[in-house]
Amino acid sequence: MDDLYRDHILDHYKNPRNYGDLEGATHHYHDTNPLCGDEITMFLLVGDDGCINDVHFTGRGCAISQASASLLTEKIKGKTLDEAKAVDKDAVLEDLGITISPARVKCALLSLKTLKGAAWGLTAWPGEEPKEAAKG
Amino acid sequence: MAVTARPTRSATKLDVARIRQDFPVLSQTVHGKPLVWLDSASTSQKPRQVLEAMRAVYEEYNANIHRGVYEFSERTTAAFEDARAAVARFINAPAAREVIFVRNATEGLNLVAYAWGRDNIRKGDRIVTTVLEHHSDFVPWQQLAMEVGAELVVVDIDEEGRLRLDQLRAELERGAKVLAITHTSNGLGVINPVKEIVGWAKKAGATVVVDAAQSAPHMRVDVQDIGCDFVAFSGHKMLGPVGSGVVWGRAALLERMRPFLYGGDMISRVSIERSEWNELPWKFEAGTSAYVDAIGLGAAVRYLEDVGIDAVHAHEADLVAHLLPRLIAEEAVTVFGPHDTRDRVGVVSFDVKGIHPHDMATLLDREGIAVRAGHHCNNPLMTRLGVAATTRASMYLYNTLEEMDALVAAIRKAKKVFGV
Repeated sequence: MDDLYRDHILDHYKNPRNYGDLEGATHHYHDTNPLCGDEITMFLLVGDDGCINDVHFTGRGCAISQASASLLTEKIKGKTLDEAKAVDKDAVLEDLGITISPARVKCALLSLKTLKGAAWGLTAWPGEEPKEAAKG
Repeated sequence: MAVTARPTRSATKLDVARIRQDFPVLSQTVHGKPLVWLDSASTSQKPRQVLEAMRAVYEEYNANIHRGVYEFSERTTAAFEDARAAVARFINAPAAREVIFVRNATEGLNLVAYAWGRDNIRKGDRIVTTVLEHHSDFVPWQQLAMEVGAELVVVDIDEEGRLRLDQLRAELERGAKVLAITHTSNGLGVINPVKEIVGWAKKAGATVVVDAAQSAPHMRVDVQDIGCDFVAFSGHKMLGPVGSGVVWGRAALLERMRPFLYGGDMISRVSIERSEWNELPWKFEAGTSAYVDAIGLGAAVRYLEDVGIDAVHAHEADLVAHLLPRLIAEEAVTVFGPHDTRDRVGVVSFDVKGIHPHDMATLLDREGIAVRAGHHCNNPLMTRLGVAATTRASMYLYNTLEEMDALVAAIRKAKKVFGV
């Protein structure tokens, strides 16, 4: 039916990798797309050597946002914090491997936003109010 | 500006095939499929008659209104005021001067909340509204309440999605300065019995503001029969152009109100020391009005009168009666709002377990079907329903039973993709 919902997207959506809270996380960041209700919290466990020893995420939302988060955790696990900071949106979109329409780009990039927030140790994204904790 | 009565045709069946020929955009294809427009609650498509009325202004006699003494300005002014008379007749306003052209319902409701609200709502006053309100009829009152220290009372819905009339009545009996209520819910499609409600509100001495953005396009809105004080609606949801909208108010209230916006056309006299205001309705139409859009709205109203607004309402009821049972019977589908066709317009909100509304809307789009996915500018209602978003199909006079079947078929296809 659709090249947007390829098998690997649906697989990561239904069986998200590295999903769940991460005990002892050194970094974490939560963000939402208020328009669609997508939400993601990214947790990092960074060692003294700056290496991301573990990464988890929690969240809910559309297939694009959740698959993107799952893919991103696979990408950065074992990388350094600096490498995580250097991941850009083109890399995330490339990993998704599908053409994202302008209306859905925000869904696809929410995971990257939470990764950057966590990696840079932000409490709020520049220019935004601090977000509340995950809503029930 | 006398309002002459116009005979309304009885609710005979709509000739939908003929109506569809009036809407050029409906013959478009999307992703190679015929367009199925199920987002009319967001904005409606426009018939040729409206486009033609606007084209004629720009190509044949365009001039600023109420300004020139030459032929073109007189013609444009006459067409603009004709549109006002048409709208007045459409909502059965006692006088056309009570009809104020604004950009949309949002601006109309803000006009009331600012120009009437700031002078009439004081600390401790009770503002009663409902959880069904669109943000445009919620936030202006919420902000007013915060500003002056008034109490904002938000009436709930029942498990079916209908307004808790018992609670509303009790809150009104406890006292209310203003009731801000939507005629029909943009999220659930339920019609509130506003006439009955206005009776309770009036007993409590409340001023009543009705958001008719989702009702005026789809059913009879008779301001005298309803008995409220203000009504606002948008032209673009009722076959008219974007940028056209109306707020109607009782002349006695409008005359006592201060202007909302200051500027040209709304004054009668300006000296260095002071200004005097123009008479109604122009006191509330500062600056050059979107007069071509207003003229387009006039044509839209005439179109709706010609097909018959009661027939439009009946047609939408037929569509909902066809769609609802099929959606309800569908595995994994939750339909929000009442599961019967009583007192509802052509709005059906639903969720499919395991498929986020945005994914659903994307998959439906691939089938040529345009629906709205999101919170519908209705956060308090979404919170009440316990969801972040829903998928909403909204119908109008140009939709067909076949399109309802196409929607159900496309939902089944989406379920297959997601393995639901």
